[in-house]
Amino acid sequence: MARWGRARTAVTLLVVAVATVLLSVSACVPGARSAAARPADRAPQEVRTDLSALGQVTLVVWDQEVRGGQEKQITALNAAFQRRHPNIRVHRVARAFADLRDTSRLALTGEEPPDVLQVNNGRQDLGAFVRAGLLRPLTGEAAAYGWERRFPEQVLRLARYPDAGDQIGEGRLYGLPQTGELVGLFYNRTMLAELGLRPPRTWSEFDAALEAARRAGRLPIQFGNLDKMPGIHLLGFALHRFATPEDETALATGRPEASWSTPAAGAAARLLAEWVDRGYLTPGFAGVHPDDAWAAFGRGEGLFHVGGSWLVPELQAAMGDNVGFLLPPARDEGGAPARPVVTGGPGLPFAVSARTRHPDAAAAYLDFVTSPEAMAVLADTRILPAMPPSANRPADLFGDAVTAWETTAKSGVLVPYLDYATPTAYETIGDAVERLLAKATSVQAFLETLQADRDNDRGGR
Amino acid sequence: MPPGKPRRSAGPPGEPRRVAYLYLLPALVVNALFLLFPLGRGAWISLFDWDGLTLGHWAGWDNYRALVADAGLRAAFGHVAVLLVFFSALPIAIGLVLATALHRARVRGMAFFRTALFLPQVVAMVVVGVAWRGIYAPDGALNGALRALGLGSWATSWLGDSDTALVAVGFVGTWVQSGLAVVLFLGGIGRIPRELFEAARLDGAGALREFRSVVVPSLRAEIGVAATLTTIAALRTFDLVYVMTPQGGPGRSTTVPAYEIYHRAFHSGQVGSAAALGVALTALSFLVTMGIGRLAGGERAR
Repeated sequence: MARWGRARTAVTLLVVAVATVLLSVSACVPGARSAAARPADRAPQEVRTDLSALGQVTLVVWDQEVRGGQEKQITALNAAFQRRHPNIRVHRVARAFADLRDTSRLALTGEEPPDVLQVNNGRQDLGAFVRAGLLRPLTGEAAAYGWERRFPEQVLRLARYPDAGDQIGEGRLYGLPQTGELVGLFYNRTMLAELGLRPPRTWSEFDAALEAARRAGRLPIQFGNLDKMPGIHLLGFALHRFATPEDETALATGRPEASWSTPAAGAAARLLAEWVDRGYLTPGFAGVHPDDAWAAFGRGEGLFHVGGSWLVPELQAAMGDNVGFLLPPARDEGGAPARPVVTGGPGLPFAVSARTRHPDAAAAYLDFVTSPEAMAVLADTRILPAMPPSANRPADLFGDAVTAWETTAKSGVLVPYLDYATPTAYETIGDAVERLLAKATSVQAFLETLQADRDNDRGGR
Repeated sequence: MPPGKPRRSAGPPGEPRRVAYLYLLPALVVNALFLLFPLGRGAWISLFDWDGLTLGHWAGWDNYRALVADAGLRAAFGHVAVLLVFFSALPIAIGLVLATALHRARVRGMAFFRTALFLPQVVAMVVVGVAWRGIYAPDGALNGALRALGLGSWATSWLGDSDTALVAVGFVGTWVQSGLAVVLFLGGIGRIPRELFEAARLDGAGALREFRSVVVPSLRAEIGVAATLTTIAALRTFDLVYVMTPQGGPGRSTTVPAYEIYHRAFHSGQVGSAAALGVALTALSFLVTMGIGRLAGGERAR
């Protein structure tokens, strides 16, 4: 018995010894191997835009363009890029959005990072990568290719970060978007006509439409908040009614002067609570998955759906001509039409890894997938291009979305997503809106929760 | 080596010898490489404040202290305690009753029942989660059935209500794990000598007495196995919660430690804290399963 006990001790010791040896092989402070010097800007003349002199290059590209139309456009563009540059081979790694998000952290810090990858915008991802020096600033590339002329600054600035990674919209350019995104108002044309209404342009028209739908026994707003993201969008939508676009932008980008303790934010929160009280939202919305919600809207259940322009291909396929897309209603200021204000921004930007061995090929790839030629391919697949081509303007849902995007770019204000503000904003705002809608918190406590998230961010880190 | 004892290598057969470690070595190397090393590395990282991207800073026990102080995490462990009832206690109770009933009734087509009951174990948890999400939806099958039975007032948004979400997820765990318990126990009951049942019946034992005095004690080992497997399943619950109630559920009523690990490591850039939580969860699983082993193994040691 004693002997067996000793043998057990020996085994334990051996295990500990093996583990210690293995540990000490790579035992070091975590992050020591990947922490690299911040890559420097290149001068425009250093960027080689003629790729023929580069020799054979394999460019590893990670993207999340995996759904129907997305897959089609990126495959077509990759093929066209390789035809134009026969010495460049694009090795595409396709991952669904959540998968890409979970793995890009490890990939960028690993031994063999991809050359080009799509990065989720916001402080948790793009901002954190910039702060860690894992992405290449594209200042020289932008000048060499003229990207600042291609994109309006309103779009481009949402891919700019300072070295600290905290203040979106300031600092150097780190990515290029292919697409545009707007959180607008989808409406069911037939149902609206049956109610004797026209598409609501102002908030009072929108209020009237909601009430008319409820009285007619129709669901006013199709809404499913199981994963809490639509709640964030709904809050942003309501904020457009009361807050100035400047205040909204300050809140969304985490500016020091931003405050949630304002009458406007309180009014937006009360509006959401009122929608719940009046039964304007899908019954049991907290247990409805967002995908099920827009699918139900596609089947004709619900007059409105507050959703992103990324739903255009799916809803158009489901409803054909029976669906339209509007910017959020404008304020009822007598006479002069108000500036349209809408939540949105560029789609997931394509960025370049700091440690790529092929920065010139990577820059050329970014240039190509955001070129006018690429925008035409995007439009063909009914995905809202960041720079819509002037041809190809159908009078359908896609056409509505393009019009909304261009109106905003020309005369409106594009407000970033509210969850860009702090590293924890996505969870905090999602949870808080969920509780507000469940009547588990007061408007006052709701605003305090959001303000505390902002203040903690400025105090800590 | 104590004096007077013979050299081990010349010891009597059946006694432990040093050469045995040589036989253990290949398995140990594989084990060390893929299990012990990552475990040790995780424990090492848990001592740092690290965002997964930049250089980490030594934090000592700070991450562990923060775990204890975190009210949200305490709630997460509380939720897991509730899930233990649904994933482990209920399936074992149901399994015992069902297995006994199936054994006594000697139903035809036993293979069919066994397969049907075991089926949830075979299906990927993500698929199970998506399917049940549909059943629990406000206009889903469960509410439909309630309304058909005239119990429409009971219908609710099961996953959207902070009072029902955790129980709804837990019930799916019961559904999945019961089949495993039944199949394990059926095998065990089959091995109980027929004479034991006959003796009990001769002594005038009814069904209930037979269950208490013959079936349950004889199945002690199987109950131990079932308890270990289902407890671990409960402690590491991730997929069901992730699919059925993303982002922690209504009012954060369904957060569990495994989800917190994922969130901290991959999204919020708190890799050190995630590793500390992982180590804590590993230790907890180890302690709980060891306790179960003690309880269930007591019979055999006697």
